[in-house]
Amino acid sequence: MPAGLFHENYQSDERVFQTWFVKAWLIAFLIACALFPLMASKYMVSIMTEAGIAIIACHGLNVLTGFTGQISLGHAAFLGVGAYTCTILTGKAGIPFIVALPLAGVMAAMVGMIFGIPSLRLRGLYLAIATIAAQFIIEFVIRRWDSLTGGVEGLFVDPGTIGPISFDDHINLYYLTFILAVLATMAVKNIVRARSGRAFVAIRDRYLAAEVIGVHVFKYRLMSFAVSSFFAGIAGALMAQYLQVITHESFTIHQSIDYLAMCIIGGLGHILGGIYGVGFWFILERFLEVATTSLNTAFPDHMTWFVSIREIVFGCVIVLFLIFEPDGLAARWRTIRAYWKLWPFSY
Amino acid sequence: MNEFQFFMQFLMSGLSMGSIYALVALGFVLIYKSTSILNLAQGEFLMVGAYFCLSMTLDFGLGFVASFLLTMVFSVILGLAVERLVLRPLIGEPIISVIMVTLGLTYIMRGLVIMIWGNDIRQFNIFPDQPIDFWGVKLTYLYLYSMGISFALLIFFAIFFKYARTGVFMRAVADHQTAAQSMGISVKKVFAMSWCIAAVVSSIGGILVGNIAGVGVDLSYIGLKVLPAVILGGLDSILGAIIGGLIVGVLEFLSAGYLDPYIPAINEVFPFIVLVLVLMIKPYGLFGTEEIERV
Repeated sequence: MPAGLFHENYQSDERVFQTWFVKAWLIAFLIACALFPLMASKYMVSIMTEAGIAIIACHGLNVLTGFTGQISLGHAAFLGVGAYTCTILTGKAGIPFIVALPLAGVMAAMVGMIFGIPSLRLRGLYLAIATIAAQFIIEFVIRRWDSLTGGVEGLFVDPGTIGPISFDDHINLYYLTFILAVLATMAVKNIVRARSGRAFVAIRDRYLAAEVIGVHVFKYRLMSFAVSSFFAGIAGALMAQYLQVITHESFTIHQSIDYLAMCIIGGLGHILGGIYGVGFWFILERFLEVATTSLNTAFPDHMTWFVSIREIVFGCVIVLFLIFEPDGLAARWRTIRAYWKLWPFSY
Repeated sequence: MNEFQFFMQFLMSGLSMGSIYALVALGFVLIYKSTSILNLAQGEFLMVGAYFCLSMTLDFGLGFVASFLLTMVFSVILGLAVERLVLRPLIGEPIISVIMVTLGLTYIMRGLVIMIWGNDIRQFNIFPDQPIDFWGVKLTYLYLYSMGISFALLIFFAIFFKYARTGVFMRAVADHQTAAQSMGISVKKVFAMSWCIAAVVSSIGGILVGNIAGVGVDLSYIGLKVLPAVILGGLDSILGAIIGGLIVGVLEFLSAGYLDPYIPAINEVFPFIVLVLVLMIKPYGLFGTEEIERV
């Protein structure tokens, strides 16, 4: 906590921006993000768009896993539901993009309910198992329902438009993603600050005690799963715009695990965890890409060794984070800040 | 082929596949029961076992029995290593971390397998191909052997848990950790033992499935296909895992036989549909302990 900051009532304790300093930095960061496409290359802009989409998805997952303590292993499948809903609604039913976007979220939440309701009634981690089932069933439906989803061939996505703005252009899509990611962050922050968020945390920490003090466990678990799937649906709709051709291969269980891993690396149960996690993940991914190519050119005889370097490194990162830094980068950042605040007189 | 033979054909194939599921599910439930971890890396244990055995026979030219035994030794070491290096540091951490760590393991193991053995699907070609005819029901030796080996192992484990000292220890720890510890049972040893057995049974399952379907990275999906079996049988029941495995195997093949004309390839996801239905109707499965809590 910054020096000289004293809270006298609950309201000030729960304020989003505790000091003007935080606010100023945040505004500076947002301006930097807004100006980013003017300076960066097309490639960088598209990477940032992808990261923005992942941030929205991770925020959703963080509400469910970080704050409510339930695991979803079918997050990518719900992204898929959102992607296909939005694309089919705009392409085949001719509904405007601005309406189809929230509908994609709603549809993902509704599909989520089918799998969530039976498992969330139960104690324990049945949701993890049910969402694995969801992942496979949804993937199967996408792959086999040729008339609607185009089957294995995939589906071409018509670029969405809002008024005169077409998301054909990558820069426009970047701004859309950016705005939605900011909105998502604000939404998560406020969900967590409000009654619902406290209920989530109570359920996560000790569900029995939560129930005793009158938290409706099933209702809030379901709510958190719905929020998480809704975010996934929105992220999926954006993903469809970004990819331009969607197939079932963009929404596999590995993708689901990746999102979960990003949340863990960033810090489960921290608002900024999703953002840190996605940042770390994307930087590491780019770095590994470069490393793999240079290794391949350096040792052309051993190409097969480096094919799976990405998987091994990410696996190790997940395991090492869980063993040595279970609260993720968010906690690490806090420790670092606390250390420098009192440096060099920390005792 | 008449109607009855058609049915029997799918039933028998289902039973032999189901017996493999039962074997892998046994490992899964064992870990869940004694350590309450959902081991989502079970499929990777299976895949690694299959690859190891295959590479012993093909690349090193060992006999099948020799490489099978070597694979068992390897799995014991693998199980011990995973328990000691990855899971023991996490004792006391929230259960989410522990489950996520098994997911991290899946990445590492899959990556290493691809790095060492490449990405192609390879065949064992050990058992003779021509099927034997039982009154019109055709079964290959492969299916018969799988069924035989699995049933033998399942009976072995049934006896092991009932009469062997270690088996009784394991049941005791599963039942009540603290009580078991105060009776002088080493919980750590039991945990290590569970991971060993899980690794061993899944690599046996992997070798059997690898013989049927070829050895590839996709073998690891068997580890997830076991989930329906486990849920159907009840997450914490060993008997349930075995019966659930058999039922799921049979249902998978019967759905391939009877539902395929309506929804092609439905058998790929039919077990998961069963899983969702079981969660709706009887969430604690056939033999699982029902948790009743009233507030």
